[in-house]
Amino acid sequence: MKPSNPQFISYGEYAILVQWEKIIDEKLLWFILAAKEKIKENKGKAIVEVIHTFNSLLVKYDEPIKNIYDEILMFSELFSSMDIPKNKPVKRFSLPVCYDEKFALDLKVFAREKKLCPEEIISLHSSKIYTLYFMGFLPGFLYLGTLPKSLRLPRKKQPRKRIEKGAVGIAENQTGIYPKSSPGGWQIIGNCPVDLFQPNYLPPSIFSPGDQIEFYPVSLEEHGFISEEVKKEKFQHRMEIIE
Amino acid sequence: MAIEVLKPGLWTSIQDSGRMGFGNFGVPISGAMDKYAAAFANMLLGNFGKEAVMEITHLGPVLKFHEKTIAAISGLNADILLNGKKIPINESFQIEKGAVLSIERVSDGNWIYLAVFGGFQSEIIMDSRSMYDGITSQAKIKKGDFLKIRGFSGTKPEHYSIVRFQKRTYLSNRIKVFRGPEFSLLSKNNKNELFQKQFTISPDSSRMAYLLEEKVENNLQSILTGPVLPGTVELTPDGKLIILMRDAPVTGGYPRVLQVCEESLDVLAQKKTGEKIQFVLS
Repeated sequence: MKPSNPQFISYGEYAILVQWEKIIDEKLLWFILAAKEKIKENKGKAIVEVIHTFNSLLVKYDEPIKNIYDEILMFSELFSSMDIPKNKPVKRFSLPVCYDEKFALDLKVFAREKKLCPEEIISLHSSKIYTLYFMGFLPGFLYLGTLPKSLRLPRKKQPRKRIEKGAVGIAENQTGIYPKSSPGGWQIIGNCPVDLFQPNYLPPSIFSPGDQIEFYPVSLEEHGFISEEVKKEKFQHRMEIIE
Repeated sequence: MAIEVLKPGLWTSIQDSGRMGFGNFGVPISGAMDKYAAAFANMLLGNFGKEAVMEITHLGPVLKFHEKTIAAISGLNADILLNGKKIPINESFQIEKGAVLSIERVSDGNWIYLAVFGGFQSEIIMDSRSMYDGITSQAKIKKGDFLKIRGFSGTKPEHYSIVRFQKRTYLSNRIKVFRGPEFSLLSKNNKNELFQKQFTISPDSSRMAYLLEEKVENNLQSILTGPVLPGTVELTPDGKLIILMRDAPVTGGYPRVLQVCEESLDVLAQKKTGEKIQFVLS
């Protein structure tokens, strides 16, 4: 089924926001990714960038938009001519996460709140396969959905001043990894020693929206070992293609 | 072929017109906080395109030129010394090999721009020289850095000196805005408040965002994390207004109530802590 028609919203002089219903849904993601490709193929010179999130596309122009209705008409024609995207093979990455107390700042409180033991949380978090919806917030920050219902917890009321690079966090129905140290409000339950963002490489991230990500628990020692491998650029990603 | 940093100043960085096309990796656009002033400094030298300039705020750097060149500093006002002698802002000047340029302080506005002939030749990461923590190898210049420039042995162009820096635009406290994607969800009272109140720039402001002191009590729901732009005005559940600036993240989770128009974003960038602004619907 095709998603319902989106809303077109004028967003300043240089951008149009296309917004679908407020859901986190893999089918909607595939449709948005296909729509994004369509716009890129058919774009006029003035469109410089298209970025997407869970339910939106932002189309950016390098000059003030002259006639927004022309643009909206073009987009809606493009979208209505689109087929429902077929299931394509996807990449599945397995990333190591150390859930040791040293890193899991919020795990104990989290477990108490959820009436689970920390081991159950670790097992729940690392047994689910997540979808990468998009990157945002910080360079290389992966927005992964969706968390099992039993793990959902709102952001912390008081954001932390500093969260370490690699911190694995939970916020509502999403989980994500901090690619560099930064202030932040997610509930921290572990640390992933892998580099998620390498500004000197093109592309700067090995992940793309639609990829699948799963986590495997590692001990503190293994975390240290992998960190060393990563530093020496010897770390091999675990990746398979899922048909 | 370099400029030596004797003192780095409070927060001095190299900026160009920004890093476009990497938003999908969560990479901010960055670039000069006041695009007009940065472009003006380039124009005074007859630089082509949008060469990288040095962005200077509050207490400026002390720089030793190991190369003869021409330069220009542009912005609202600043105390600038070339070899100990005061020189005016918004004019180009000749720099001899071995000269020391000292920017004592930015006296009016927040940001001034130093352009050199041909632009600063710092590293290019993802098509841009704009410094940003975690993308370029440093987020600001530091003592002892040698900044590459091209050098120029000719004389400064006279014909550019007739253009005037449009200082008048900056005097107004009116910030032109458009309705943001979540504007329509605001109550009538909230809408009135946004356009009737004056708002004060908070000291917590940075290249990433300017915060406003006065609160707008509201009961808007948070949104599903969505795209944001420099100039987006976010309204938090506890009533804070956050205006995203050039180093804005590419996505955000607060309702986007207004969008500052491009020209007013330069004006806003120059408003100091404690100054008042008023939003005006464009």
